[in-house]
Amino acid sequence: MRNVFLFLKRYSVLIIFLVLQGLALSMLFSYNRFHQTTYGMFSNEVAGKLNKRVNKVESFFTLGEQNQALRKQNAALLSYLPSGSVSPDTSFLVVSDTVTVDSLKSYRQYQYFDAKIISNSVFLQQNYIVLHRGSVQGIVPNMAVVGTDGLIGTVISVSENMSIVMSLLHRQSKVIAVLKKGSGLGEVTWDGKDPRFLVLSKVPKTIVVKKGDTVVSSPYSDKFPPGIPIGYVEKIDQDQETNTYKLKIRTAVDFYAVQHAYIVKNLLQEEIDQLKSTVIKE
Amino acid sequence: MSLLFKNIIRFLLIMFIQIFMLSKIPPLHQFIVPSFYFVFILWLPFKIGRTALLFIGFATGMLVDMFFKTPGLHAAACVLIAFARPSLINLLLPKEATDWGNEEPTKKTMGSVPYTTYLIILTLLHHFYLILLEWMQFGSFLYFIAKLVATSLVSLLLILIADLFFNRKSRLR
Repeated sequence: MRNVFLFLKRYSVLIIFLVLQGLALSMLFSYNRFHQTTYGMFSNEVAGKLNKRVNKVESFFTLGEQNQALRKQNAALLSYLPSGSVSPDTSFLVVSDTVTVDSLKSYRQYQYFDAKIISNSVFLQQNYIVLHRGSVQGIVPNMAVVGTDGLIGTVISVSENMSIVMSLLHRQSKVIAVLKKGSGLGEVTWDGKDPRFLVLSKVPKTIVVKKGDTVVSSPYSDKFPPGIPIGYVEKIDQDQETNTYKLKIRTAVDFYAVQHAYIVKNLLQEEIDQLKSTVIKE
Repeated sequence: MSLLFKNIIRFLLIMFIQIFMLSKIPPLHQFIVPSFYFVFILWLPFKIGRTALLFIGFATGMLVDMFFKTPGLHAAACVLIAFARPSLINLLLPKEATDWGNEEPTKKTMGSVPYTTYLIILTLLHHFYLILLEWMQFGSFLYFIAKLVATSLVSLLLILIADLFFNRKSRLR
């Protein structure tokens, strides 16, 4: 017994070192599971509060640019107002039908929540964005996040007042995209090299691609609203192994300067999930 | 100013610079991430105990991780350099580290050549471990080496600049 204590005393530093190393590494390699629990919640709220304060000062310097971007978007939105358009006057007679439900009425599918970005990074291999909106405001994981210029990422973790977004600049991010011209379904990922560029791969070679073409989110996603810009084709490479293109695209959103975001809620999500669960047996 | 108070102020200042200033700089190049927060561990007084050093290293790393959303990554690297520090000092200096009292590792107390060696070895060790952990998840070997060299050079440059700005006067023994 005495020998055990002597051993412990002699190697106490080494033992503490190994324990702390083990603790740190186990946290690192079980990040996703661990993150959902205590550490995530705690650090999220604490770091979030501090980040918010610094961000207040920071955002002051980019007020001009932000204003301009918002004005531009306002203008685009105003043009959608019913008062701004005239209906083609093709009939004088309003036929009152027995059907009381307006069959032409469109349902609202996406609802946008305004959110301020309080922390953002671009230079790591796994970049996350923290938004000042959380479960209290009705945010749940897996919602899409878009900026004024285009797609930003996906909500992956939510605490009371903050939510963490996996940005497009994340090694595990994967978004289905199409060319705005209408065809060329592919997959947008990030190679971790330059934060200004993304990679669109798996585009079949039958498609004609030109430099400068816009890449938008696909209509086949139940998360992202269709037609949100992701980037613009910068360089066209051919994948040697498969018969597909590998396109280098410039991000639509300037991830260095992004300050505001909208969280998108798909109001039909529950219905889609329900329908899927009846088909896909696990 | 008491030693503890001085170190707390220094800790807060270094963390602020690392998290809110250095991390906001647009990257000069895809490899280079300016990081110098670990200099806090290098600058702690000689007399600090090995066990205390390990815990301080762990806490420093975890705080940085909290802001970078990488739990454990920086903590592991900090604990490693905290573990290596006392042995390295004993190796570089003739006297036992505990004989130094409240002195800190500086150019004056250690001599410029041992001090520079001390900085270079611990910086390389820190970055090697940090980038190795990152590389194990993804990346290629060339990327690993290039990033190690580039990041270490930038960090050393930052530490040299910080050495000029932080007024760390120590009486010469």
